[in-house]
This record gives sequence, C-alpha cells and structure tokens, in this order.
Amino acid sequence: MSGIPHDHYEPKTRIEKWLDSRLPVVGLLYGTLMIPTPKNLNWWWIWGIVLAFCLVLQIVTGIVLVMHYTPHVDLAFASIEHIMRDVNGGHFLRYLHMNGASLFFFAVYIHIFRGLYYGSYKSPREVTWIVGMLIYILMMATGFMGYVLPWGQMSFWGATVITGLFGAIPFIGEGLQTFLLGGPAVDNATLNRFFSLHYLLPFVIAALVVVHIWAFHTTGNNNPAGVEVRKGSKAEAEKDTLPFWPYFVIKDLFALVVILILFWAVVGFMPNYLGHPDNYIEANPLVTPAHIVPEWYYLPFYAILRAFTSEVWVVMFASWITGGIVTAKFFGVLAMFGAIIIIALAPWLDTSRIRSGRFRPMFKWYFWLLVIDFIALMWLGAMPAEEPYATWSLIAAAYWFAYFLVILPILGVIEKPLPMPATIEDDFNAKYGKKAGTPAE
Amino acid sequence: MLKKLALSAVTALALSAGGVHAAGGEGGHIENIDFSFDGMFGAYDQFQLQRGLKVYTEVCSACHGMTYVPLRTLGDEGGPHFSAAEVRAYAAENFTVYDPETDEDVPAKPVDHFPASNDENAPDLSLMAKKRAGFHGPSGSGINQLLKGMGGPEYIVAILTGYHEAPDCAPEDFDGYYNVAFAPGGYPEECVDDHGHRTVPGSWIGMAPPLDDGLVEFDDGHDNSLHHMSEDAAAFLMWAAEPKMMARKRTGLIGVIMLSILACLLYLTNKRLWAPHKPKKH
Repeated sequence: MSGIPHDHYEPKTRIEKWLDSRLPVVGLLYGTLMIPTPKNLNWWWIWGIVLAFCLVLQIVTGIVLVMHYTPHVDLAFASIEHIMRDVNGGHFLRYLHMNGASLFFFAVYIHIFRGLYYGSYKSPREVTWIVGMLIYILMMATGFMGYVLPWGQMSFWGATVITGLFGAIPFIGEGLQTFLLGGPAVDNATLNRFFSLHYLLPFVIAALVVVHIWAFHTTGNNNPAGVEVRKGSKAEAEKDTLPFWPYFVIKDLFALVVILILFWAVVGFMPNYLGHPDNYIEANPLVTPAHIVPEWYYLPFYAILRAFTSEVWVVMFASWITGGIVTAKFFGVLAMFGAIIIIALAPWLDTSRIRSGRFRPMFKWYFWLLVIDFIALMWLGAMPAEEPYATWSLIAAAYWFAYFLVILPILGVIEKPLPMPATIEDDFNAKYGKKAGTPAE
Repeated sequence: MLKKLALSAVTALALSAGGVHAAGGEGGHIENIDFSFDGMFGAYDQFQLQRGLKVYTEVCSACHGMTYVPLRTLGDEGGPHFSAAEVRAYAAENFTVYDPETDEDVPAKPVDHFPASNDENAPDLSLMAKKRAGFHGPSGSGINQLLKGMGGPEYIVAILTGYHEAPDCAPEDFDGYYNVAFAPGGYPEECVDDHGHRTVPGSWIGMAPPLDDGLVEFDDGHDNSLHHMSEDAAAFLMWAAEPKMMARKRTGLIGVIMLSILACLLYLTNKRLWAPHKPKKH
C-alpha cells in the first residue's frame, strides 16, 4: 500500500497460502500494521489513535444505549432517565457516551491543529486532509443530532436555532428547513430522523476513516521535520523509519491510556461539567431558555456565526450589492460554513514549500495566534450577544479568515525558512543520538 | 514533554471553559455548602437522605411531584437505604395510585413511582438538583464549577433560605414572595433605577416560604432549624436526581487506578522498546 519500500507479507503455511490466494486479508493487515513510520514522530502524533478509540467507544456505547432509548417526543426524556436509573450500568454508559463526544472533539481539534502546524495538508497529502475535514463535518452533524435525542430544553432549542440557519438561505431556505425538520417546527418527525441519522453517520465516518488511513498510508506519514522518507531503497528507507508495530502501537497506546485516565476521572467524578443544566429540563416548545448555547465544541464557529450582524459594514455591503438577498443572518451562516471549508482549502492557500512550522520563523507566530484566536472564539461563543463581546467576536472572526486567505499565501512568498535537516534520520539523531556503528550520512 | 503536557492541560482547561456558561441571570450570591457527597470520595449520608425524605414527604410533596423516581429505590444501597418493609410501609402510608381495573385509588407499592406534582405551577423535583447550576463563571470560564461543583443542591438551599421581607421599593400587593436567590421571577418596575439596573437582588417567586424553623420533627432529634432542614432536603433531592452517584464514583476510582497501572506498564514497555534506537537518552 505504501510507497515506502518495505517487506511484504509472504504466506508460509498451507492454510495461509490457501487463504491468501482467495482473499489477501492477512497481507492487508500485515501491510497496514507494519507500515514504515517516520521514527521522529513526536507526541502530537498520538491523537489519531485517540480518535479511532473515540469512534469505537461512541459506536459501542451508542449501540447499547439504543437498546433502551425511545425516540418519541413523549417518551425520549423519560427513557434517558430510565437508562440513568434502571438499566444496569446505564448511568455510566450514558455518561461515557456524553463525555465521549467531548473527548472526540477535543482530540480532533488538536489533531487538526497538529496538521496545520506541521503542514500535514501539503502535497502529496491533500486528499488525506480533505477526507479528514469531511470526517470532521460529519462529526459535527452527528454530535449535533445526538444532542437532540435526550429531548431536553437545550436539545429542542439548539435544534430550533441550528435548523433555522438553513432557513436563512435565500429562496430555498424555508423549504429546506421544513424538509430537514419533517414539518414546520422541531417535533416528533425531527426527533425520529435525527435518531436515524445519528445512528447512520458514525458508520459513514468509520468508512471515511478507512479512506483517511488508506490515503496517508499511500503517501506515508508526515513528520515533525516535514522532510520525506527516502524511498530510493529499502535500506535507505529503514534508516528513516520504524515499523508501526510495535514501536508506534505501544507508544500510542501509552498516550491513549494517559488520556483515558483523565477521561475516566471526568466521567466518574464530574460527568455533567461539560454539559448544560438546562438539558435536564424536558423540552418545552412554549418556554425559551434564557440563553441558548451550543455544546463547547461548536462555540468557535457559533461565535463566527453571530459576529456578522447587520451593523457590520461587510454585511451591509453584501446586502446592498445583492439587493437584499444576502441578509445578515445568511451572511453569518455563510461565514460559519466558510470558516470550516476554508480549513479544507489550506493546501492551496499555503504557498510555502516548507512543510513543518518548526522551520518557518514567521509562520510560527501567526499559527500560535490562530490557536489563541480559536480559544478566544470558543469563549466568545458562550458569552451573551452584547458589547464588548460582539466586537471582539468580529475581530477574532476576521483573524480566522485572514490567517487562511491573507497570511498563509503571503508568508510563503516573503518568509525565509530556517536551515532544515536533510533527512528524518538526521532529525532523529540530533535529538536521540545515533546508534553506535551506524555511519553518518 | 512536561512543557507539552502543561500546554495540553491549559488547552483542556480553556476548551472546557467554553462549555460552562452563566445561565439564569442575576440571582443572589449562592454559598458553597460542604455536603458529604462533594468531591471524588464524597458519599451520601444515609441518615441525611432519610431526614430529607421526611421534609419532602411532609412539606414539598404537598405541591411538588417526583415522577422519575421509583419508590423502590428508597431501599437502594447508596441511597436512603431503607429496609424492604420500611419502603413498602412508606409507599402505602403516603401515596395512592389509580388502579384502572377496580377504578379506584389504591395504596402505592414500591414498584410505583413518586406521584406527579399536584400543582401545575410546581415543577417536578426529580431532577431539580441537576437542572439548576448554583455556580457560574467567573466570566464564563467555568472555573467555579470546576472547583465547587455545579451547585445544584446549593441553589436549592439558597432558595429555601432566601425568603426576606420585601424591600421598600416594591408595592405592597406585588404578586409572589420576595426571594434573594431566585432570579427568573417577577420584578416590580419600582425597584428598577433610571439606568435600567435592578436595585435589589433576586426576584418574586410564586412559592410561599415552605419551611420554617422546627417545622419538621426528625425521629433522631437532629437539628431542625431552617438551614439544616434545607440542607437535608437538598441532599435528598441530589440523591433523587443522581441516585447512582456512589456507584459512579466507585467505577471512576477503580478505572483511574487500573488505567494508571496500565499506563505505568505501557510507559516501561515503550521505554524499553525504543531504548536501542535512542542511545543519547540511555
């Protein structure tokens, strides 16, 4: 599968040969597990495993929860309480699933920012990047629909607000919103279709994860130095790499277990910390909560959505030039989706040929500012829509777009990169020393 | 590595901060109470829950219901932990359920749930301790909830003990009862100043002051001042909202210990595995 030269699986026993000539599944597993992996990968490269674990955790706990959950507006809330009170271990399963979503997003954000810092999106890994962004968007959809299922106040009003965004699309919006909801408002039809899709999408994600892995197993992993593995011969490649099993499997498992200690502590000791108390009130279409706030992992993009009010000059301009077709609300929706899609376009917006941020003295500053910007947006998304938060949101949203549309293209032209190691082996040896008897390059 | 861990921790804190925000508006200040079930090792006090049930039965249940709580769970370990006979007697003495076969109300059995609210304005109390957060902020950071907990039971105590003489600015006949801890209630315009700011904390709540010093006599002779009774009721409602808390904390603790051991083993395995490739470190 990989373009890096390495040993391939040879069936030895009779049964292996028999199976291999019919279905080369053992060879496929062998190739996947033994893939040559850059030996200089640092600890930022462990989040992929955490994400794979999250997907399995959510699917397994989710399947069991479904056995006890009832997707009906009159029964959904009560069935969650049934899980919490009557089902053996149900309270823990549900808290695992609830907080598992948070771990999932926590991991995916670090994973994405890792990719942004080390230029993992750059050629030849654009497809890996795009597939990754598709997975992320599906995660957002899945998480959102899952949050509706307990049928609490935030479930109901969150669904009302978010589907309302589609209603802001000119001409087709209203029809689209009705189609999504299965009626004029959030009701039983909405709950049922969200339940159906919430069950389906994780399996689509699982399939895309396979594609994601397939793509980067074809190109080989990126690495902190950002230089490619030498592919001239097997001997050369082996100086830059170690097989995934056992070296990276054990390393990743260690990191995963450390993260799970924290996760388990959150689930065991403060399972509602990341949730919203209002969701323990059953959905009531007649009572609007004082503040409607999405889950923490949507907040940065929610802040961008709200940043563009009708008083912002770009919005006024867009509204004027389109003859009022682009309303402030629609502009906000475009900005929110644009803020996500723009990440997917990074491979073409970044003009620098240097992959790793380590060797980009100016880029580094802008990157860390982007991280701070993201955290600031997250905080602003939870604040009420009033001054000074509105102005701050606008500034933070502006930086988000400027980073991708202005800074990345310009930096590649004006920045003078730092000296880089010639090979992964050099990079690794500079830190860990070279093995006795290995000649220097 | 340490630097990176610290960085991750800061990120984690920042991320979690966003999720917890201020809801409910400007209530009065809510005191943190040192409940027996606070913290990682905290456990319900069985006798406090029993006292709280008595307050609930004699006072709260006149209006409020608790439909999600099955009566049988009063016998559960990690709860009030009554004997089976006591639960049967309690159910039969205090509540009736409608039997469609005989078309009459019959004494409740342990399999039945607590009844629903009698008064449509009285909210169900099953989840009250979880659907209100006593602590917020500061500035939407969620740090207070991290340090003190969500504050559901503290909020209940604050409401039960928050009744005061109505301030002078309010008209005599203003609807409801003045409560300094209750934010979302009615508020007389006379108490709003020229800048639109409220001049007194809290608002007017529909519920008449339910408790008073010495209102409920405890069998064990425990202090039945207003504050003590409120704490007992709040503790009981916390159990009603989160009956599996003790089991959850136990699972949490066992999991953390087991995972820590596994992490040590994996750390050593990993170190040994990589040692031949990292001569500088060994």
